[in-house]
Amino acid sequence: MAGLITKKTTCSRYLFKNVNNYMKRLSSHFTYFPDEQKPIEGETSKMNMMQAINNAMDITLKTDPSAVLFGEDVAFGGVFRCALGLQEKYGKDRVFNTPLCEQGIAGFGIGLATAGATAIAEIQFADYIFPAFDQLVNEAAKCRYRSGAQWACGALTVRAPCGAVGHGGLYHSQSPEAFFAHAPGLKVVIPRGPTSAKGLLLSCLRDRDPCIFLEPKILYRAAAEEVPVDSYEIPLGKAQVLREGDAATLIAWGTQVHVMLEVAQMAKEQLGVNCEVIDLASILPWDEETVCNSVKKTGRCLIAHEAPLTCGFGAELAATIQEECFLHLEAPVRRAAGWDAPFPHVFEPFYLPDRTRCMQDLRDLLQY
Amino acid sequence: MALRSGVSFLRFTALRSSRLLSTHTRPDIQQNGGKTAEFPGAKAPYVTDMKFLNETNYEPIPIYRVLDNNGEVLMNSEEPDLDKEVLLNMYKTMIQLNQMDKILYESQRQGRISFYMTNYGEEGMHVGSAAALSLRDMVFAQYREVGVLLYRGMTISELVNQCYGNHEDPGKGRHMPVHYGSRQLNIVTISSPLATQMPQAVGAAYAFKRQPDNDRCVICYFGEGAASEGDAFAAFNFAATLECPVILFCRNNGYAISTPSSEQYRGDGIAARGPSLGINTLRVDGTDALAVYNAVRAAKEIAVKNKPVLIEAMSYRVGHHSTSDDSTAYRSIEEIQKWTADENPIQKLRLYLERKGLWNEEADKALIKESRDIVVRTMQDAEKKKKPHWKEMFEDVYYDMPPKLQKQMKQLEHHLKKNGEHYPLDNFQKE
Repeated sequence: MAGLITKKTTCSRYLFKNVNNYMKRLSSHFTYFPDEQKPIEGETSKMNMMQAINNAMDITLKTDPSAVLFGEDVAFGGVFRCALGLQEKYGKDRVFNTPLCEQGIAGFGIGLATAGATAIAEIQFADYIFPAFDQLVNEAAKCRYRSGAQWACGALTVRAPCGAVGHGGLYHSQSPEAFFAHAPGLKVVIPRGPTSAKGLLLSCLRDRDPCIFLEPKILYRAAAEEVPVDSYEIPLGKAQVLREGDAATLIAWGTQVHVMLEVAQMAKEQLGVNCEVIDLASILPWDEETVCNSVKKTGRCLIAHEAPLTCGFGAELAATIQEECFLHLEAPVRRAAGWDAPFPHVFEPFYLPDRTRCMQDLRDLLQY
Repeated sequence: MALRSGVSFLRFTALRSSRLLSTHTRPDIQQNGGKTAEFPGAKAPYVTDMKFLNETNYEPIPIYRVLDNNGEVLMNSEEPDLDKEVLLNMYKTMIQLNQMDKILYESQRQGRISFYMTNYGEEGMHVGSAAALSLRDMVFAQYREVGVLLYRGMTISELVNQCYGNHEDPGKGRHMPVHYGSRQLNIVTISSPLATQMPQAVGAAYAFKRQPDNDRCVICYFGEGAASEGDAFAAFNFAATLECPVILFCRNNGYAISTPSSEQYRGDGIAARGPSLGINTLRVDGTDALAVYNAVRAAKEIAVKNKPVLIEAMSYRVGHHSTSDDSTAYRSIEEIQKWTADENPIQKLRLYLERKGLWNEEADKALIKESRDIVVRTMQDAEKKKKPHWKEMFEDVYYDMPPKLQKQMKQLEHHLKKNGEHYPLDNFQKE
């Protein structure tokens, strides 16, 4: 009898240990912080990020008769359901599938925009945007400039799901923003949740420059909050201070914003310091003013992004901060990023700059 | 026990005709019986003889022509009914282009402009296609289609100003020579990356299609070399599946810089790719302006019904690829001369006009001189004009200049104040 009990205990301990490990492996690496501040007054509705993006496109298709939405598998709603119901609502000539060819999708979108239509192109995963790199960097970005503003394709927005998703491996996890940040003429934007996604996407769609809108796919369903029902825009090229503080400036975008918000909370609880958290939101052009003002105030800066460290966008931020805030810096600018390796499958928990790694970096930064 | 057996037996009987039988004997599945197979991916019958398809299984796509080398109409029914003015305009454009090419080519050799590309041997397809379209149709070009631009009304001075990058260049001197564009004439500014304009043209055509009562189409020019790019396949396939009013016009001149077409593809040229993607396709003699005119006119009628058309115009690149190329390094002078003498598109149309009594040698000489003078005069003017203000370098990157770029502009301003003597500021406009 005694033996049996021991065995049972061992068994449950074994089970517990495994479930716990399993949870560590599969639980998301962040806690979502819903947007409390609403950009406009008025009615709100609970939406996840997928629904907010769907809502922004719905508003655009409704108000702009030239607007079309296309890409691989968007007709039935898209593999992430962002286009759900839009074909039924607006017709097959406005929401449609293209052949499976990213360079074609981007080129086709540029042509639509050149002829005066609003083009919403979807690249199924940001990992597959590279075949369209030539069209986006050599064509879309330079269209207005090379023609002396006779021609432009500003009505083009390319949406692509990006970022870590827990198990995406090499080609369903990438964050390619830094590749595009080196292309003058493009705007690169990444939202952090439903409210910001709707406002930023509407801005991209109405903006007079071609935009790449990268949607952190892990937030599509995980992030839900009250989102204004009416149309509103969140300005491009502007960062947002989400939490004020004086001990250090934490800069991130996309999902990583939530990691940083948690780190700021941990810093408050564990170290008793207030950190300022900035969502950069616009990667190109980026908000130098907000970032530098914050760093001048705090004297310390930690930048975090999922993309690899070397030549990641953090490098551009760090270099500019160093140049603009040299006399105010109390410690070297620190970057927590993905390692300089392809995005791995089973090693994802070790790859990402998660709360633990960012927290450690922050401690080091504060103790410098 | 007995009951259970009974149940089993009943079940056995019930399944006999379907499941059990299928595991023991050949099923009686209905045969297709020679009808089209039901695979979703293709509509085709079954056959029992195995036969690989290749270029020897079918005849090459023939080349449509109206004129012979002497400018004589081969089949009267095919002679287009063109006004005298249109015909003369076509011819005059070819001469004007030819003279401009000669002079600008020379001026590059003298270092007066940085780069040039001539259109020798391909003038016929430019004017033939341009004459068949309206100004409301949109043009996406590669770079060797200047006859199209001239025919549509771009002036020599606009073209020359672009090559000089002076302040009257609508492109504000940012682009290399021959990268023309005109919003007014619906000619999308040319860019150097090959074939990128192809899926763009298809997208523009889709935008046209969505406009009510559309009677406009898009024409997209590209060389046979560019057709090897991935973007070309994208364009063909998107045009067909999305049913766009677009004419994809291939100039097959036998060479992509030094690469002969035999190293570019092994099929029956570019035309053979059209039907395989579900596109109405025609191969035409590109040295015959009238054949090209007929082809593009008919293509437009098809295209505006939202069915794309592929035209492959066969020609020969008589000139060097560009001023950075000496083509005798990879082809014989005899070959070039043959095409200059016998298959010259300008000569063909001139002989045709002479036969019709619309042209003569005297008029020709006068036209050549006049065309020459215009170019020389325009060049002299263009050379005197200043380049745009250096601040134009920062404009139009975005619709509004971002703060960071404004800062960089101020940085350069500051730098030039201190170090201006090291820069060619005198050649540029002042504020």
